Amino acid sequence: MDVQEIIGLTAAQAIAAIERGDLDAVELFSAYRRRAEEDELGAFTWVAEHLPADMHADGPLRGVPLAVKDLFCTAGIPSQSGSKILEGYLPPYTATSVARLEHAGATIVGKTNQDEFAMGSSNENSAFGPVLNPWDRTRVPGGSSGGSAAAVAAGLAPWALGTDTGGSIRQPAALCGIVGLKPTYGTVSRYGMIAFASSLDQAGPLTRDVTDAALLYRHMVGTDPNDATAVGHPEEIRLPTAERLDGLRLGVPTELTSGEGLEPGVLAAFEATLETARGLGATIEECSLHSAPHALSAYYVIAPAEASSNLARFDGVRYGLRREADDLVSMYTGTRHDGFGAEVKRRILIGTYALSSGYYDAYYGRAQRVRTLIAREFASVFERCDLVVTPTSPGVAFELGAKTADPLAMYLNDSFTVPMSLAGIPAISIPCGLSEDLPVGFQLAGPAFSENRILDAAHALERAIGFDGSPARTRTGATS
Amino acid sequence: MNGGGMPSDGTERGAGGPAEVASYEPVIGLEIHVQLRTRTKMFCSCPLSFGEPPNTHTCPVCLGLPGSLPVANAEAIHYGLMIGLAVGSELAPRSIFHRKNYFYPDLPKGYQISQYDEPLCSGGRLGEVRIHRVHLEEDAAKLTHVGSSGRIHGSDASVVDFNRGGTPLAEIVTEPDVRSAEQASEWLRLLRTTLRQLGVSDVNMEEGSLRCDANISIRPVGTTQLGTKTELKNMNSFRFIERGIRAEVARQEALLRAGETVTQETLHFDPRTEAITSLRSKEEAHDYRYFPEPDLPPVRITNEMLHRARTAMPELPAARETRFASVLGLNVESARLLSWRAELGDYFEAALDAGASMHPPAGAQPLANWISELTARHDGDDPADSKVTPQALATLVGLVGSKKLTQGGAKQVLDRLVAEGGDPAAIVDAESLGAVGGADELAPVVRAALEANPDVAAKLRDGDMKPIGVIVGYVMKETRGRADGGEVTAIVRAELGL
Ligand SMILES: [Zn+2]
Repeated sequence: MDVQEIIGLTAAQAIAAIERGDLDAVELFSAYRRRAEEDELGAFTWVAEHLPADMHADGPLRGVPLAVKDLFCTAGIPSQSGSKILEGYLPPYTATSVARLEHAGATIVGKTNQDEFAMGSSNENSAFGPVLNPWDRTRVPGGSSGGSAAAVAAGLAPWALGTDTGGSIRQPAALCGIVGLKPTYGTVSRYGMIAFASSLDQAGPLTRDVTDAALLYRHMVGTDPNDATAVGHPEEIRLPTAERLDGLRLGVPTELTSGEGLEPGVLAAFEATLETARGLGATIEECSLHSAPHALSAYYVIAPAEASSNLARFDGVRYGLRREADDLVSMYTGTRHDGFGAEVKRRILIGTYALSSGYYDAYYGRAQRVRTLIAREFASVFERCDLVVTPTSPGVAFELGAKTADPLAMYLNDSFTVPMSLAGIPAISIPCGLSEDLPVGFQLAGPAFSENRILDAAHALERAIGFDGSPARTRTGATS
Repeated sequence: MNGGGMPSDGTERGAGGPAEVASYEPVIGLEIHVQLRTRTKMFCSCPLSFGEPPNTHTCPVCLGLPGSLPVANAEAIHYGLMIGLAVGSELAPRSIFHRKNYFYPDLPKGYQISQYDEPLCSGGRLGEVRIHRVHLEEDAAKLTHVGSSGRIHGSDASVVDFNRGGTPLAEIVTEPDVRSAEQASEWLRLLRTTLRQLGVSDVNMEEGSLRCDANISIRPVGTTQLGTKTELKNMNSFRFIERGIRAEVARQEALLRAGETVTQETLHFDPRTEAITSLRSKEEAHDYRYFPEPDLPPVRITNEMLHRARTAMPELPAARETRFASVLGLNVESARLLSWRAELGDYFEAALDAGASMHPPAGAQPLANWISELTARHDGDDPADSKVTPQALATLVGLVGSKKLTQGGAKQVLDRLVAEGGDPAAIVDAESLGAVGGADELAPVVRAALEANPDVAAKLRDGDMKPIGVIVGYVMKETRGRADGGEVTAIVRAELGL
């Protein structure tokens, strides 16, 4: 096979080709390794220099290369979470989810760029530079898993691992025209994921199609003696086969889709997809998530609060950056002043304030009550609907620098993805069309542990939509 | 709280003001940190450390490496439940861990995982002191400051040993029920005994597996309002606790008598100089920004866990005290002493088992008394460390019980046992310390005594028994204490035909 043929394969197709003997796992790895090395998008922070000695080509994933977001700890491989404070940090251990995938036969081809500590929606907060959107290099890929999304969309990796705290898998997947699944909180171990907001962080796949998402996720789920919040999945994750949506009830939450802040092109693509769903036999009904408009405020209290505590360990004492000083406090402040970027500092300040004595109830306490309300409202919606659907992001990929001066405008990117994060429920983003020649994402969310249902519905829609992602692989990306 | 620390009606007492308060009473609450003797640390699988080379018992979790997560130790929760059962706490079916946030090099995550407003155990009582709560948390790492200052400020360098970091701790907080330094140390001995009996900790203060802080305030006797309290930190022996509390109570009383006020602050007691110095005042107190630890699900106590904890409970001091009193017939003081100080109780029971000739309850109380005699002579807490075996003490008590040895003779034998060990019966024979008894042996001595004291003999014949002590004393001297006073008196009466 030539490189273009290889790059044209999804991961599942590549596995099938290897099993048929039409493709060699080493050849596949080398092709992607070379493309990743020639990356012009800033998608990678580290690329493998050679094939790893312990490649598990016998596993069900047949050695297929995998791009891994920087914040996953990988033994002996830089794991920096997009931050200067961890520049060059080599962990002594590998994250459980990554280790599981390696055991199943995935081979790490590179670590991908991200917003620093996963805080951002454009990948412009990385200490290692921005990532360019392969559909238009003047635009952002979304964030925080921007490197993973751009790498998969541009064909620099067949698939990638990302993490989603408030939309960090789904939003970049939408902006790059690929599939991104945020699983039910607790189905995948968080051990070895450099924490942003512990009660929200969840690992998930970024892939070229829904089948690949199911395949990668299937090998990630499970309990973990090292993560007390990892409960695994009650069902085996199936590869989706559905082609119809007969009898499926899709709820459209009016609070989220009433149009405010939603780009007309995105709304048009969303509504066209609803028509497609109807054509496949689904029923569409309006539903209500009264508290959803408050989700973003609650999220931007809870996540920074947890982050302010999670990031306290970066003190220069044991690892990472250290600014020598005459006394302890100066060493602390010098290290953190130089090591953290502006957005991280902003969130540490917000979170510290929200947890302070005298403000806890007004901020953190209230935000947790909103979170409980949202979870309840979802539960009540799911009594009448099988899935909730929304656009993934209010707009298509924006130009680099367009929102960096306005944090609130940036935060609004997450308004469709944050409610599901707060409720801990699974949601997927699939590409559903173009607006201004840029991809639009369609989000499907379901009750906790309904991944199989979500993947089936997304699979049927994907077939009917017939989105073509090849422009991002052919007209841009790596030169070879 | 009385902000000034002075009696609120102090200004109405006239010119002398608070200085006229006749006496103050201390109000003391204790916070005890107990290192639990689990196999592994509180939130990771590193084995606990007992003096191993620094930083050898560590892992990503207890080093606070990026991406690591805590998992609660089930054995520590089990031990926590046992402590709760021992003091009669209410055991929470659901308790949660919080993060206590502050920066310090001995705290690798920048926060300590501890229980906050929903602890494992609430309420309870041990002895006369009510328990406020018992909760679980992790210990900090060990900091050593190199250089002259001995503190982090001004030291040349500080080194951290993370072996101790993450060791499970139970924090036991009492209500302010303690009223004196002596009571504090006596109660802590009871607590230590209880924890030792439970087998949940080494409870060794010198090695830091039992550490005590005291919250101290004083108030005029007869009043009920609490004064401003200070917190005396980390006293690591019973003696230091007593001396530290006494010094702090004296300091507070001097302040109030001088018309000054007590400041709420954290204090350090230096046992060498008896100096009390301030660690930090309330103004610079930390805001720990407590919030529920999102990495740990709530601790849910199942019936099975409760059953397991109940089944594991040994006999505790209170139950032992009751058994000693009701079954063995010990008096109140002996029952308490032998149960609150487990090592004495264990020695006592070993001697009871060894003394086949003794028939409890008759022999039990004398044995208890002789254990007190032994501890008065032995230089150390545990009589088992002396040269006197429980078997030897049992034999000694048996000799006294069967009148083969008098009290005085037995004390001489005990002196020998403490010094050299050995078999009491052999010592009695070798030293001719056996009791002198019967008219055959004693009558000649009594006659000699009467002859030597004719005026006393005359009074006795006239029925005035007061000076009989002179005769008994004479006989005791002649027999080197081996005669029985009652028997001597009886022979005197017989000799005089009374
Ligand atoms: Zn450890």
